[in-house]
This record gives sequence, structure tokens and C-alpha cells, in this order.
Amino acid sequence: MTRVLPERDRAVEARAAEMEAQLAGIGREIEALRRRGEKDRPEVAAQIRALEARCDELRDALLSLRTAWQAVALARHPQRPKAQEFVKALLDDFTELHGDRLFRDDPAMLVGLGWFEGQPVVAMAPCKGRDTRENIACHFGMPHPEGYRKALRAMRLAEKFGCPVLSVVDTPAAFPGDAAEERGQAEAIARNIGELARLRAPVLVVITGEGGSGGALAIAVGDVVLMMEHAVYTVIPPEGCAAILWRDAGRAREAAAALRLTAQEIAALGIADEIIPEPRGGAHVDPQAAMAAVREALRPRLRSLVNLPVEELLLRRYAKYRAMGYHEEQS
Amino acid sequence: MLNWLRRPKHGRISRRDMPAGLWVKCARCGATVYRKELEGCLRVCPKCGWHHRLGAGERLSITLDEHSFEEMDANLASGDPLRFDGYREKLQEARASTGNADAAIVGVGSIEGYRTAVGALDFMFMGGSMGSVVGEKIARVAERALCDRLPLVIFSASGGARMQEGALSLMQLAKTSAAVGRLHDARLPYLSVMCDPTTGGVTASFAFLGDVIIAEPGALIGFAGRRVIEQTIRRKLPERFQTSEFCLEHGLIDMVVPRPEMRGVLARLLRFFGAPRVAGP
Repeated sequence: MTRVLPERDRAVEARAAEMEAQLAGIGREIEALRRRGEKDRPEVAAQIRALEARCDELRDALLSLRTAWQAVALARHPQRPKAQEFVKALLDDFTELHGDRLFRDDPAMLVGLGWFEGQPVVAMAPCKGRDTRENIACHFGMPHPEGYRKALRAMRLAEKFGCPVLSVVDTPAAFPGDAAEERGQAEAIARNIGELARLRAPVLVVITGEGGSGGALAIAVGDVVLMMEHAVYTVIPPEGCAAILWRDAGRAREAAAALRLTAQEIAALGIADEIIPEPRGGAHVDPQAAMAAVREALRPRLRSLVNLPVEELLLRRYAKYRAMGYHEEQS
Repeated sequence: MLNWLRRPKHGRISRRDMPAGLWVKCARCGATVYRKELEGCLRVCPKCGWHHRLGAGERLSITLDEHSFEEMDANLASGDPLRFDGYREKLQEARASTGNADAAIVGVGSIEGYRTAVGALDFMFMGGSMGSVVGEKIARVAERALCDRLPLVIFSASGGARMQEGALSLMQLAKTSAAVGRLHDARLPYLSVMCDPTTGGVTASFAFLGDVIIAEPGALIGFAGRRVIEQTIRRKLPERFQTSEFCLEHGLIDMVVPRPEMRGVLARLLRFFGAPRVAGP
């Protein structure tokens, strides 16, 4: 059974909130200096440089405090390497497959076949776009039922050919739309979760950005779940949580802290097996280094999983999820 | 009146959410109904047919044969693994108002003489939300079915995963889905009944994994919340969106069964799937 998490460090949270307020204040100051149109005067330019240096210091300090809200911001960072980029960087000779054979091809989910250091694997990953146009096409990385059903096809292929599944997860949620509901979003997610729990092939999961609720879990039940340092995993977006708890989506920062969604907390809860360190400042600062770190973390995990007999694998996977949760016995 | 309509005298099953007084107002049509009459109709409004919500205890007592229910794990209670502000207080309130330890009651009983493992979620307990305890109870009752080679019937009524247990609640989707998946492998029947409302994480796990999926009329059934969807698509949704009837039309469930017919339909299915008969006179 899961252990209870230690108390939140509210002093750190308060300090971080204060620093963020300072940052915002300095940002406004810089803006005002620039607007005055005298930014080319040497003393103004020097003033701006000093303020910017102060910003950098604050950002650095803030980063070292590792607050939940920082993690949410980094996990959602527009320049963060995308799940599909991880798949394509990690696998050689990648062949993308399309369609769920039932309705249509969902651009919000990538599936395909490739080689990880000589080992054939079936990969799946939700797709966030690199710009607005791409994001509109792929629904900001939120799959429809056909996306999950395409992933299910990929899982079946892995089972049939006895090769491991590699799932790279970065999705805010399953797409909340009328068409998605009509086509059975809940059923598609439930089916994938149930099938992954019993899939007769090793399943490796890496959460690289947002682990957004059921929409993420539909491709994230695995023998091994790795999580990048600044990734988050949550049952509800902080904004939604704040809206329900306090009827104020603006209090998302507090909700993020309350949800205990950071990689460190998720690992402490026994949900993630390992945290993959990121380059200082986050994966977007040095995507190559981030990809290399994921590769290093995957290598030994994959090797040990492919050597396990499938029955043993299934027993362990069941026991792993069976033990997740915390309850008390009343007398 | 059929004798199974009477409530068995279980200690844990409490009479609740029924205002004191002789008359009650239908939440749907506003008609004033004699309380005894509404209870006699299994809390289906005699004027408009609206199925009022039932607590888990009430649900089991109208479904199972009298005195057949043997509850399991009644003492499992939620802790506060995240130390989430206000969670312990909310739990206390819910325990006081429902008389139950958490949002699910599970055990073994019989329906028209067919023995079955059974569970019911309680919407009155924190919106029937699934945290560790609900997940654990569903997993345990599924394992009991597996161990005793019994069918499983689960009545869902839930707003989804319990926010206050964070990602641990999310993991209950995996735990419960894995547990009912084992019934599938053992070729044991699992009947899922969705009551008003069944949404979010419960739909995205065990509720949609039944061999046969039944819904009560007019129940709200769906994954995402109406408001979130309306904000996303920037359009108003039709009234009947995400109702039982909508789900039936879209091929998501097998049938919509009115409450007075539920026992008969379940018994028929249990018989078809070879449920064991209770030894009796």
C-alpha cells in the first residue's frame, strides 16, 4: 500500500509566490522603461540590463525551489520537446501507422514501429503541435476515441509479435468534445486501460510532459513508468481543481500544490518508478540532452523487461497496480 | 407490494435523503407526491417517471433478495495520503450524513436466487467519487467473484475520480480495470449498471468494461463534463446529450432498463451466463 506523503512545505510555497510576484513586478518595470522610448539612452539600457539580470537570478532561485506550479509551467512549456519528437529521436527506422480502422485517423496520436538500439518496439505518443496551426490540427495533444483505438491497434500488434510497447506521454487530457463523447471517449479509455493491464507484452511508459488524467492513463499503464524531472501527473488539471474547490480557476497555483503532481511526489506515491533528470532549466533548454537522458534510462529497463517470461510480467504488473492506494481500517 | 421492495434490516444501510414529512416534491417535474407512494414506486416519480437517485444501501436492498446480502470490507475507510486541505473534514461530513465509511458498498448476495458478487457506489458520499477505498473495494469484490466463481454486478453512480487523492485516485482506474479484466480471462460475467450520474473516471474504467452494460432511464452518462465541452466547442449542447438514451442510440450501452424491471433483467442475464443458484428450500 502507498505511504502518506509528508506535509507540504508551505514556507517554500509562500517564498515562491513572493518571488513570482517580484518577477512580475520587475517585468512591468522593464516594460515601462522600454515604453518610454528612451531605451537607447545608456543609463536606461543599463537599468534594463540590471533588472533583467535580477530576473534571471530570481528565475534560477525559483527553479531550485521546485514548486508544483513551476513544474506545471515547464511541463506545458511551448518549446518543450514533444512526445512524437522523443519517439522519432529514440527509435531508428521509424514507420508511422495510421488509423483505427473504425472511424478515422486521429492526428493527436502517433503510433508506429521502430528499433530502440536494435530492439524492435511498438511506439505510441500523443502529439502536441509546435505552433497554433499544428495545435489546431491535433487538438493541442488531446486525442479523440479514434486516437486511443489507434493506440489499441498498436498494442495488439506488439502482443502479436511479442515486442515491447514504448509509450511516451504528454497530453493535457482526452479531448472534451461532443463528437468524442458520441464515439465513446470513456469506453475507449477504459478499454485501453483494461487491455494494457493485461497486455502480453512488456509496456514501458515515459511521462515527458503533462500526464493529464484518464486521457494519459489510457496509454500509461505499464510495467515500468518513468517520469521526467519536470513532468506532472494529475487526476484533474489544477485549473479545474481550483474551479471545483474554490469556484476560482485563478487559484490554479494552490491547486497544483495540493494535487501533489510533481515527479518527486508521484514517485513518492509509488506511481512512477524513476525520475529522469532534465537539463538545468528544463528539457527545452537542451532537447538533445533530454532525449539522451531518456535513452539512458530506458536502456536497462527495456533489457530487463524483455527477459521476463510473459506470465511473470503479467503477475508483476497486476500486483503493481493492485497495491496502489491508501486506506485505513475502522474498528 | 412485492416483499423485496421492503428494506432489509441491515445495520449499515440507512434511510436517508428523504425529507421527513408525508409529501415530497419530484426533483424533475415538481409534482407533489405522497412519500409512501414514491417509496413504493422505488423512488420513480409516478407522475413523470423520473428515477430519483438512490443511496448505495437502498440500491442493494431493492435489488438483492431479502437477507441475502453479506457485506465485505465495511470497515475500509479513506485516509488522507496527500494531506489535502479539508479532505478529512469532508470525509467526516459524508460519513455522518450517509452512515457509510466511504462511497461504495460491496459484498455477495443473490438476485432472484442467483448468487452474485455485487457492488454499489453512493453518489451521496462525496459525489460517489472514486478514491483509494472505492477502488480497493471494487478490486476486492472482483477478486471475490474470481475466487468463488461468481458473476459480478456493479451499480455505478459517481462524478468520477476523487480529486483529494490526486494521482492515487487516477490509479484506481487502472486497479479496477485490471481486476475486472481478470474476470474476463476467467470467463465470468460482469454486468455493469450505470445510474444517475456516471461520469469521469468511473466511466473511463470499470463501468464501461461490463460484458453487458445497462443504464437506468434518464441517467447522465459521459466522460467529460457538459460545461467543459461547451467551453471547448463554443456551442450549447442539446438537453439529451450524455443521457442513457443518447448512449443507447450511439451504441455505447446495451439497454436502458426502468428500475422496476431491473431485478428481472439482471436475473435473466445471470441465468443466461450460468450464475450459480442459491441452495434453498
